[in-house]
Amino acid sequence: MPQVTLTVNGKQHSVEVEGRTLLVELLREKLRLTGTHVGCDTSQCGACVVHVDGNSLKSCTTLAVAVDGCSVTTIEGLAAADGTLHPMQEAFREYHALQCGFCTPGMVMSAVDLVQKHPEGLSEQEIREGLEGNLCRCTGYHNIVKAIDAAQEVMHGRRASVAAAAE
Amino acid sequence: MDTGVENATPFAGIGASVKRKEDLRFLSGRGHYTDDISRPGQTHCWFVRSPHAHARIASLDTAAAAGMPGVVAIFTGADMTGIGGVPCGWLIHNKDGTPMREPPHPVLAQGKARFVGDAVAMVIAETRQQARDAAEAVTVEYDVLPAVGMDNALTPGAALVHDDVPGNLCYDWHIGDEAAMRAAFSGAKHIVTLELTNNRLIPNAMEPRSAIGDYDPTTGDHTLYTTSQNPHVIRLLMGAFVLNIPEHKLRVVAPDVGGGFGSKIFHYIEEAAVTWAAARIARPIKWTADRTESFMTDAHGRDHVSVAKLALDEHGTFLGLHVATRANMGAYLSTFATSVPTYLYATLLAGVYTTPAIYAEVKAVFTTTVPVDAYRGAGRPEATFLLERLVDVAARDTGIDKLEIRRRNFIKPDQFPYQTPVALEYDSGDYFSTLEMGLKAADWAGFEARRAAARAQGKLRGIGISTYLEACGIAPSAVVGALGARAGLYEVGTIRVHPTGSVTVLTGTHSHGQGHETTLAQLVCDQLGVPFDKVDIVHGDTAKIPFGMGTYGSRSLAVGGSAMVKAMDKIIAKAKRIAAHLMEASVEDVEFANGEFRVAGTDKTKAFAEIALTAYVPHNYPIDEIEPGLEETAFYDPKNFTYPGGCHIAEVEIEPETGHVRMVNFTAVDDVGRVINPMIVEGQVQGGVAQGIGQALLEACVYGSDGQLLSGSLMDYTMPRADDLAPVSVATHTTLCTHNPLGVKGCGEVGAIGSPPAVINAVVDALKEYDVRHVDMPATPAKIWSIIHGSAQRAAAE
Amino acid sequence: MYDFDYHKPTTVADAVALLAADPDAKAVSGGHTLIPALKHRLNKPTSLVDLSGIAEMKGIKQVGNAIVIGAFTRHVEVATSALVKSTIPALAYLASHIGDNQVRNRGTIGGSVSNNDPAADYPSAVLGLGATIHTSSRKIPADEFFLGMFTTAMEPDELLVAIEFPIPEKAGYAKMKNPASRYVMAGAFVSKGPAGVRVAINGAAACVFRQAEMEAALAANWSPEAVAGIKQPADDMNSDIHGSAEYRAHLVTVMAKRAVAAAG
Repeated sequence: MPQVTLTVNGKQHSVEVEGRTLLVELLREKLRLTGTHVGCDTSQCGACVVHVDGNSLKSCTTLAVAVDGCSVTTIEGLAAADGTLHPMQEAFREYHALQCGFCTPGMVMSAVDLVQKHPEGLSEQEIREGLEGNLCRCTGYHNIVKAIDAAQEVMHGRRASVAAAAE
Repeated sequence: MDTGVENATPFAGIGASVKRKEDLRFLSGRGHYTDDISRPGQTHCWFVRSPHAHARIASLDTAAAAGMPGVVAIFTGADMTGIGGVPCGWLIHNKDGTPMREPPHPVLAQGKARFVGDAVAMVIAETRQQARDAAEAVTVEYDVLPAVGMDNALTPGAALVHDDVPGNLCYDWHIGDEAAMRAAFSGAKHIVTLELTNNRLIPNAMEPRSAIGDYDPTTGDHTLYTTSQNPHVIRLLMGAFVLNIPEHKLRVVAPDVGGGFGSKIFHYIEEAAVTWAAARIARPIKWTADRTESFMTDAHGRDHVSVAKLALDEHGTFLGLHVATRANMGAYLSTFATSVPTYLYATLLAGVYTTPAIYAEVKAVFTTTVPVDAYRGAGRPEATFLLERLVDVAARDTGIDKLEIRRRNFIKPDQFPYQTPVALEYDSGDYFSTLEMGLKAADWAGFEARRAAARAQGKLRGIGISTYLEACGIAPSAVVGALGARAGLYEVGTIRVHPTGSVTVLTGTHSHGQGHETTLAQLVCDQLGVPFDKVDIVHGDTAKIPFGMGTYGSRSLAVGGSAMVKAMDKIIAKAKRIAAHLMEASVEDVEFANGEFRVAGTDKTKAFAEIALTAYVPHNYPIDEIEPGLEETAFYDPKNFTYPGGCHIAEVEIEPETGHVRMVNFTAVDDVGRVINPMIVEGQVQGGVAQGIGQALLEACVYGSDGQLLSGSLMDYTMPRADDLAPVSVATHTTLCTHNPLGVKGCGEVGAIGSPPAVINAVVDALKEYDVRHVDMPATPAKIWSIIHGSAQRAAAE
Repeated sequence: MYDFDYHKPTTVADAVALLAADPDAKAVSGGHTLIPALKHRLNKPTSLVDLSGIAEMKGIKQVGNAIVIGAFTRHVEVATSALVKSTIPALAYLASHIGDNQVRNRGTIGGSVSNNDPAADYPSAVLGLGATIHTSSRKIPADEFFLGMFTTAMEPDELLVAIEFPIPEKAGYAKMKNPASRYVMAGAFVSKGPAGVRVAINGAAACVFRQAEMEAALAANWSPEAVAGIKQPADDMNSDIHGSAEYRAHLVTVMAKRAVAAAG
């Protein structure tokens, strides 16, 4: 069986997989990182979004063998080592941008990549369009959009905290 | 803000937008959902499902599959002897008093498959992929029978879904006074008729259903981990009716659950299958649906076809209402399916109006589709859509302004309590105020200018309103029992005060997004004066919680919160006796406020935590009179439903060239009773509105005439995305519920109930130049274009 | 999905050899069409040949009056390429509107064009710009490449290596998305340049096609009004729960008009 070596949240792993093993299966079942979820089978819901070499992707549509040698960040690796939340996590909490929490890890990882790729800033409409690959059934997205808007200010150094951006 | 108080604990009682306790684990990837659980020695299960809507199983051969790599066991319906079928929880009686038809719902198909996805066999293997590999090697020969849909189920000579259910009719039920309705119609100036459908929906909670059966052969203990909104109900139904396992040997755990919206209330066959089979193989078995299975097997929602008639006098006063509805039950009766188009639907047809004579008849039919049951709102959105569309059409047909016709017929504030002609007695409400607030917030008065501005851009803008009412916190047990409910509808709360004064609450409700760990903790802060971080809420485990009916129908605060208040009253009563002893006072003189016991009129006080410690370390204690410990349980049975209501206003813009309807604005003003956490209430309304907009504009479950599910994946079923929706402005206006201790009404479903007619009323308004009277949901681009295009063609032909 | 052997060659020649050696092998690039199909067990390849390690299939460059894009170039790279944006902005626009961010981070132009999904975006640009397909063995003009639904002129062991797009004077793209899948319900890619005036329609029929009547009208008068009155016959249009053939035929005209307007 193929062997895959990859770095996940800063830690190197070498794992035996089947050719058909998906990245999300490797994360959830082999590494027991169950924060990354599977919500659909057509690559649309985005509950499985992780970062690979700095880009967000759907880990349910990526073969584990295809990320050999890559660096993966999951929701478990987003906060600082001392537990300080990433501004996006903080903003989701501040703005009540999550309810059942199932879409949340993918939504947060997707939002972090979206904001990082747009240092010029995103309008409300651009944030909504930027979430095309993530479904949430609970929130109606209203507060998710607000949270991302607040987080981008902090991530780009224009505000000190998501709470400050709220005003 | 400088409060002048150092380290002041932020106010976390009733009315505070406290940030949620549950968020940190969800945001860190440390949520604990069913599929995250891995039991030692766990096997995996895949179900062989019927590819046909309706077929006799001619033969079933598992021999080849049994020899596949990793296969542990394969079971079919023939193996499942001595167990029951999945029961229905509500008995409905026909017009003639006879009971409804209630065909069995076997765990695995017995001789016949009745919908695409009906489970025929279960394959258990070491891995999920091996189970799926082997499932494909199970050979099933089917004799295909004709599919049965809503359009042909009641047609004479139609194929029968169940051989012993003539005409595919589950029941023919009615409510209200037919003679009074007919008298009202005979004297009416106007009779407005509207035929409409309430589109079938697929709930699509983001977490697919999952179940793990576990069994300890040394003790005979069964455990089921499952994605459920109500683990005790599952234990009761599965233990008592399906598998004959007594409660003390059956534990049901519903850990973090990723959304329910009703679809995770019901007892599903997969839960029984893994629990039963785990005992056969003495190993844990996990089943997790993929999204395709969710589409095929989660209970769907809505699916009504109705004819509604409203009789009015010359002033636009509603005189009578007659509704005839066909409701789809699907292939089998799901847990609460039968109650949805009856007591959760027709009882709501008075809405917020004083219509004196109402008569509704409902035919429930079996079809070869997945069972239909409660989905966010359950019956009440169907009633509200019918009524609020009918009122708009009545305004159009009579030439009376759509706001004016509503005001003329509103139940007035001094008419409460108000007895409707369809069984309910409303306790409180203020429909005039929510209407006025809504009109102001949505700038109704300025709309025509916005319409003109849109027109200049080639867009058709419309505004729509719905003044709705719902009933939630379903109860009282004695009443619903008389109406056919087969369970009590009380709730249970245990308040466990620990020796140092911190509190664990055991609640029979279940949180799957609602934020109970926060809101219910706020109740404890408020009532016992215990700091927010000293309160934890435990739910979702029959081994920990005494009992409970779970979470559905916006009942958790109104019923579950009330049970907690009742238990806290007992805690306070006992603690006062302890405090009286310690302070050498008479118990009648002890007051309790802000977490402190005080002898009235003195400076003698005892903190709540001191009393707790004394209760557990009873050295100086009236041990002959009072038991040690400080823990109380209460069962609360509601005295009535609660009646949230309000006003929803939608504004849309249509692009005539493509038919695309864009949500521009949505305003909700809701009376949900007392608000415990405004942040969470807003979130609940926004989420509900999104589902309502989804129903109105996007979502349609479509079966082909052969019974195949055409909208069977996210490729074909339109889930609302962020850019399909607009900001939702939420405000509340409170009238208190008069019969529960908190004055709360419920906020989980109002969004999904009030919004669909507001959106469709806006779409119809936008299309007014095309002489459109009604648009059925969902108002997709193709549908709107064909309305506009058809109108243009007619104009050209004239 | 069924299990398979996995290969990751580093040259086109090796990849072709692997495909030639196993008739049930499949090439995979971004995988965003193939992997979902495999997950639904709609496909049972014995081996997958991963093209991500082949350097010669990557990159975007200008060669004379054409832009050549390697097959293993991801949508996000085309969408954000300064070269593409300055020479064929309509192509960058198209790439920036395929699927969602995560799809664009993985999906490749070669994968999309080889697959020839009728609801995909890229085939309209290839046909609408009169591009040339460079395969492992030959060059195929766009007009001869797209044969039908999920069918192209390539042989099973032939690999798409690069696509050569002539730089047009003007080009524009517009589409109506399927509300559910967000794939193309009807789209139009229009251009005027070395390959003449071209109108390629995607999403609406079983395969991307050129709309000759619109091309003639635009050749005479390059303006949105020139195509606004041209009706696409509904006969060969797709029809499903999201829209009738008539609706799609109507959208063809609307999208063509918008594409011309976008082209300027």
